[in-house]
Amino acid sequence: MSKKDIDKITGVETTGHEWDGIKELNNPLPRWWLWTMYACIIWGIVYVILYPAIPLINSATPGLLGQTARGDVAIAITDAKKAQSKFLDKISTMSLEDIRKDQALFEFARAGGKAAFAVNCIQCHGSGAQGSPGFPNLNDDDWMWGGTLEAIHTTITHGIRQDTDDDTRTSDMPEFGADEDFGKENIAKVANYVASLSNVKHDAALAKEGAAVFEESCASCHGEKGEGSQEVGAPNLTDQIYFYGSTVDDFARQVTKPRHGIMPAWAGRLDKNTIKQLAIYVHSLGGGE
Amino acid sequence: MVTVHGDVERVEVDAVNKKENRELYAKRIKIFPQKASGFYRSLKWWIMGLTLAIYYITPWIRWDRGPHAPDQAVLVDLANRRFYFFFIEIWPQEFYYVAGILIMGGVGLFLITSSIGRAWCGYTCWQTVWVDLFIAVERFIEGDRNARIKLEKAPFTADKIRKRIAKHVIWLLIALCTGGAWILYFADAPTLIVNFFTLKSPFVAYATVGVLTATTYIFAGFAREQICTYACPWPRIQGAMLDEDSLVVTYNEWRGEPRVLKKKERLALGDKAGDCVDCNACVAVCPQGIDIRDGQQLECISCALCIDACNAVMEKIDKPHGLISYSTLRDYNANKQGIPTKTTWRSFIRPRTFVYIGIWSLVGLGMLITLLSSSRLDLNVLHDRNPLYVKLSDGSIRNGYTVKILNMITEPRIFKLSVTGLPGVTMSIAGEDKLPSGFIDVKVNADKLRSLRVYVKVNNKNIPAERNDIVFTIKDTKGDETAYYNAIFNAPKR
Repeated sequence: MSKKDIDKITGVETTGHEWDGIKELNNPLPRWWLWTMYACIIWGIVYVILYPAIPLINSATPGLLGQTARGDVAIAITDAKKAQSKFLDKISTMSLEDIRKDQALFEFARAGGKAAFAVNCIQCHGSGAQGSPGFPNLNDDDWMWGGTLEAIHTTITHGIRQDTDDDTRTSDMPEFGADEDFGKENIAKVANYVASLSNVKHDAALAKEGAAVFEESCASCHGEKGEGSQEVGAPNLTDQIYFYGSTVDDFARQVTKPRHGIMPAWAGRLDKNTIKQLAIYVHSLGGGE
Repeated sequence: MVTVHGDVERVEVDAVNKKENRELYAKRIKIFPQKASGFYRSLKWWIMGLTLAIYYITPWIRWDRGPHAPDQAVLVDLANRRFYFFFIEIWPQEFYYVAGILIMGGVGLFLITSSIGRAWCGYTCWQTVWVDLFIAVERFIEGDRNARIKLEKAPFTADKIRKRIAKHVIWLLIALCTGGAWILYFADAPTLIVNFFTLKSPFVAYATVGVLTATTYIFAGFAREQICTYACPWPRIQGAMLDEDSLVVTYNEWRGEPRVLKKKERLALGDKAGDCVDCNACVAVCPQGIDIRDGQQLECISCALCIDACNAVMEKIDKPHGLISYSTLRDYNANKQGIPTKTTWRSFIRPRTFVYIGIWSLVGLGMLITLLSSSRLDLNVLHDRNPLYVKLSDGSIRNGYTVKILNMITEPRIFKLSVTGLPGVTMSIAGEDKLPSGFIDVKVNADKLRSLRVYVKVNNKNIPAERNDIVFTIKDTKGDETAYYNAIFNAPKR
């Protein structure tokens, strides 16, 4: 390679490579291109020194700045918490009723409660809090254990029939099917009577006889007129909202062998602030008292 | 290196961007434009002054909008998503105004280019204005063309270094002001300028100023005509924009040729000699480094400085103005065929310009009508999708809605929100104690949107269908501005 091969037409030196008579010219790279490449190389070296870069067997070089993606997230969360603290501090100290009356605080608590609901509650109550048979609809105005802010807050905190919580709400409807003295006829009668209370299709003759049975065996919890009692968690039997179905058969089944749902106690699982926000959210769904 | 011809001097200058001199990969050859003087140069000074004044002064103009809105006349408030322009306030959903202005800008550019050539490029483009300003600074410090060429070739003496530093410092200061003025459009100018220099501004302000300072300094100081030739798409589009009736800067070859430099030869040729004395004055003043005598070309930005330069020479040799002039191709061809034709304003009157003016005016008029008649109150209603309806203990049906009220004036207002469409319909707001009723008073702060959770309740007996039309109405309690929203009320299957 002693002699330079110069292309005749352009006067530019070639690389000596030739394909079918076409020669590759050895034009220099544009200067801006070269400088950009040098700048990128310098950038790359500086980056490797400052940031985690070279993979090792169990980890990577940490870099002088000590930056990690996980650390960035932690900082972002701390910053967000800090930004929320002016609301969170107030929610911790203020009563539920006062929070509800403060428009800005109410909006904040409602949004926070909605987010917590989406993570913890929708598995049973549904994403729109509309419930399903056996799982109450939280949008309506029928409450087994009370629909005031305080009552909702207590229910969320201690749960229902949650053995591990001493203050949990408990109600046990007796299993009338197991009581041989009570008998199947009485179950049919009382089921028809309950159906008559909210105008569900029923046998009027049986219902009439059921009134006496109801008064003797059911009124102590469900009330003289079947209006229920939030004290003991006995559902209102006169309204248009049905928990385990809305036919005479459904009622009879529930009298024979009642089903009892369980709601977990959230104290200890969620912090007190989140439970307060949840109470505000559930109360705001439209049925709050 | 100056040859004398009569009393006209020939400048030794080479058109570096002349077709024959161009290579595919060429290092930029510096252009040292000579100072021109004449009508177009004056016009360019005035336009430069005006455009720069608009750019630098606008953010400082105040406009009183009351206590609830900023008092800056032109402000792009990104944080609050508002755009203020004197008496106009635009919300994000009214972005179509910006689209309209862009369409008007585009059509306006078509109109201007097809009628008077690249006037935008030659007079008002920021690249042209800032390059002009930078060249003016350069000339002020280093002298005119010849002095600058001499300085360029001179070794680095104390004087050269002093001049160069002075030039670059002033350039950088102008560039800094350019970037600095830009950010003032995005925040309260007096506050921002104080925060900027006390290092309290957000990072994005410094980054923006940094980038714009760098681009101004590089584009106007060094890249100059290369931006027009290589970076800007407009020179390519001009081919489609110009036609035989567009005014373009033209060298009237029919009058100038044959060009003769030497006096003896001119005298020998007598009447056959063209008016062009080949003095190269037109090339020397050209900031784009072209020779206009080669005809219309991509690099020409129609700044018309060559017209000024040539007219000055024509005066010296007692010839009429206009050897280089604004002329249409039609008139040029007519003249070439020996039919004396003068270009007048009549060249504007043709279908093409009227179509452009028509589109431009229609868009403008449409925007103006929308702007003047647009309501400053808006209502949006979003029906809950989950659950679609809720059955209540007394059997009535309730639907949930998110109601958004937009109060687009700079004063707080109280509105009466009402719902109609079904017998006995009532509503209540989540978190408020008011009893359910057919209407509710809602206060919305100045220039704000308020979002409400509204529950609408109807007795089951009064609901005729599974899907029912209801209407939300909002009315300003003091004025008579109203807004409607047609919504759906869902119920179980009938």
